[in-house]
Amino acid sequence: MIVETGHFALVLALALACVNAVVPLIGHVTRDGRLLAVAQPVAVAGFGFTLAAFAALTYAHVTSDFSLVNVIENSASTKPLIYKITGVWGNHEGSMLLWVLILAVFAAAVAVASRGMPADLRALVLCVQSWIAAAFLLFILLTSDPFTRILAPPIEGQDLNPLLQDPGLAIHPPLLYLGYVGFSMTFSFAAAALIAGRVDAAWARFVRPWVLIAWVFLTLGIAMGSYWAYYTLGWGGFWFWDPVENASLMPWLAGTALLHSAVVMEKREALKVWTIFLAILAFSLSLVGTFLVRSGVLTSVHAFANDPRRGFFILVILVAFIGGSLALFAWRGGSLRQGGLFAPVSREGALVVNNLLLTAACATVFTGTLYPLALEAITGAKISVGAPFFNSTFLPLAVPLFVLMPIGSTLAWKRGDLLGAAQRMVVALLAGLAACLAFAAIEGAPAQSYALAGLAVFVIVGSLADLARRLGMDGLAGAWGRAVHLPRSAYGTAIAHAGVGITLLGLAATGWGHENILTMKAGDVARIGPFTAQVEAIAQEKGPNYTAAVARTVLRRDGRVVATVEPQSRFYPVRKMARAEAGIVTIGLGQFYESIAAPIGDHLDVRLFWKPLVTLIWIGALVMGLGGALSLSDRRLRFGIAARSRRPPAAVPAE
Amino acid sequence: MRRALATLALLAALVSPGFDTSALAVEPSEMLRDPGLEARARSISEGLRCLVCQNESIDDSHAELAADIRQLVRRRLVDGDSDTQVRDYLVARYGQFILLKPPFEAQTLLLWGTPLIALALGLAGIAFAARRASTQRRPSAPLSPAERRRLDELLGQDAGATPGGATKAG
Repeated sequence: MIVETGHFALVLALALACVNAVVPLIGHVTRDGRLLAVAQPVAVAGFGFTLAAFAALTYAHVTSDFSLVNVIENSASTKPLIYKITGVWGNHEGSMLLWVLILAVFAAAVAVASRGMPADLRALVLCVQSWIAAAFLLFILLTSDPFTRILAPPIEGQDLNPLLQDPGLAIHPPLLYLGYVGFSMTFSFAAAALIAGRVDAAWARFVRPWVLIAWVFLTLGIAMGSYWAYYTLGWGGFWFWDPVENASLMPWLAGTALLHSAVVMEKREALKVWTIFLAILAFSLSLVGTFLVRSGVLTSVHAFANDPRRGFFILVILVAFIGGSLALFAWRGGSLRQGGLFAPVSREGALVVNNLLLTAACATVFTGTLYPLALEAITGAKISVGAPFFNSTFLPLAVPLFVLMPIGSTLAWKRGDLLGAAQRMVVALLAGLAACLAFAAIEGAPAQSYALAGLAVFVIVGSLADLARRLGMDGLAGAWGRAVHLPRSAYGTAIAHAGVGITLLGLAATGWGHENILTMKAGDVARIGPFTAQVEAIAQEKGPNYTAAVARTVLRRDGRVVATVEPQSRFYPVRKMARAEAGIVTIGLGQFYESIAAPIGDHLDVRLFWKPLVTLIWIGALVMGLGGALSLSDRRLRFGIAARSRRPPAAVPAE
Repeated sequence: MRRALATLALLAALVSPGFDTSALAVEPSEMLRDPGLEARARSISEGLRCLVCQNESIDDSHAELAADIRQLVRRRLVDGDSDTQVRDYLVARYGQFILLKPPFEAQTLLLWGTPLIALALGLAGIAFAARRASTQRRPSAPLSPAERRRLDELLGQDAGATPGGATKAG
């Protein structure tokens, strides 16, 4: 009964989305405040029904209701509770349900938390948001229904894929979806602005918190996914330029560009048309990503053929939304008046260069991801585009971006002083050079690695030096006063930029890591970087739904024990799948990483790594997220305040 | 294969059951004794695609075919092939699909050209927008004598008709 209620709630959510897709628009055209006022409560109710549907599916998973196909295919009664819950979105149908749930969360958030926003803008935003919700709810109900029952329920389910039985599944998809779907907000704002034909600095201020939210979540989601891949996959890689990863990187690049162009629009009313375009682009790329992942068109042609309806349906949604919004853009975009002028050397100019490089990088990833598909469709030739291609095209675009980042953020608005900016960079430049030479002397790694490390230190010091300069303007005495009064977004910028540098340092350090692949038995000792690793014992263990071989390994440095790790090679009998669970220990900022294969007799194959500074890759992403969150907490961006201080609330006809 | 699965898993995608991931990618028994040759073999392997996996190099793959190709690469190196000869041999045997970094040629022109094309288009767009912005802001040309006369006439009419109108118009 609960399951049927959930199913029905989903249908009701679709009905409400259809209401909101039409009524506010009529209200806007006829200037009828009562019709505009419908949008808010309907959005909140739509969220309630979507949540009910999601709760019903979760209930079925937690209680192992094997009369549901979705539960049979993705759960087993022996599965630990946390994976019963996370397993709800560890499959196609459930993850689409999470997608629309987050969409509904954002819609409800706009409805509730945007009191200062003009009524028609808010109603139009909710209206556009409902089009998206309606499309995806229809997609779920028609092609991917998670509530399908089976007549003769089996006694046991098929269990969740072991690779997904990991705490990462609890965090990564929700974060990533908050990011992906967060860009639907900016898309809705852009479409609403185009429909209303009005875009100004106030619009930029309303939309910026949503851009920041989406960007912070997407940043954390990608970083979390990368760390998950790193510790589950067993050979220490963390980014593979896989189409599925590229699908999340593209909206991130477009979103980062949007974040910066929205600043220019808010402060100077310039780059309006471009900002609107980026807002559309970021969400379009999220949709492309959803299409690539969901249709399976890139991973296997057969997945598409298995259920062509799904791929086709998403393709229709994709074409309708991207095509529709671009048509709207072409139609109304020209009428938007451009704002403030600026000299090429200025903060605006630097942000334009930032946008140029980011979009070029985004275009490169896009072409690289889809080129093999397009080429095969057109000429029949089969080629591969993998990591070596992306590394050699992405880096030349990224390096100038890193070099310009600290310099650009010290330039003044309207007209900057390049010489002055360069002088302010002297300390950072010296720090970068010193770091470069130090790493070269200590590690003797490939030149590219320590050059990148030097650049990373330059970025970190440069970003923080700018902050220090602004605080120390009035000498030490005035610093405290300035520290209090400096807007939080200034701290946010400096910290987020420093985070980029920190990640870059972690990436550069992969150049001087160590790897050792060998066959070992109990008692054997192997050298790895500055350590020795000794396999003490190989034992068998039994987990809740798997058996495992465990190789207890002791790590020593100069004869002293530093750490003990227990890498496992697990076997999941229900799915008949094996999976390695790496033994990882963090020492300083680096990590020792060991993964093992299933033992043969008393021997087993071992892969040992020493990865100096590797944790910085993800720490940097956390710092970026922190910077974004700080910016978000800036007074000026808090919901409503901006509008209240600028103009009286827009008049809504009283009932 | 395992990596393709896991990256899919990262987006909580559907994953099909039945793949064995109990072995390491590069196995100790495969490795060459000469560290120089082995390093070359590894670097070649990183640029070769596992043909039965998705976008995964044979250096990372657990598939049997990947292990076969890894051994093939090592045999050719031991026999004295150069890196290029090994790659050419594999391309002749398996087609360009095996190279993770497609060579620069007619059919990949657009692929390799994308960064430059995107930059060029972007710069052209910026130049266009800057030109448009500056022409919009340029002070308009001074009035011609004919326009000046016409303006004076209009202003005169206005001032004559309603007292104080001229100040409004000004």
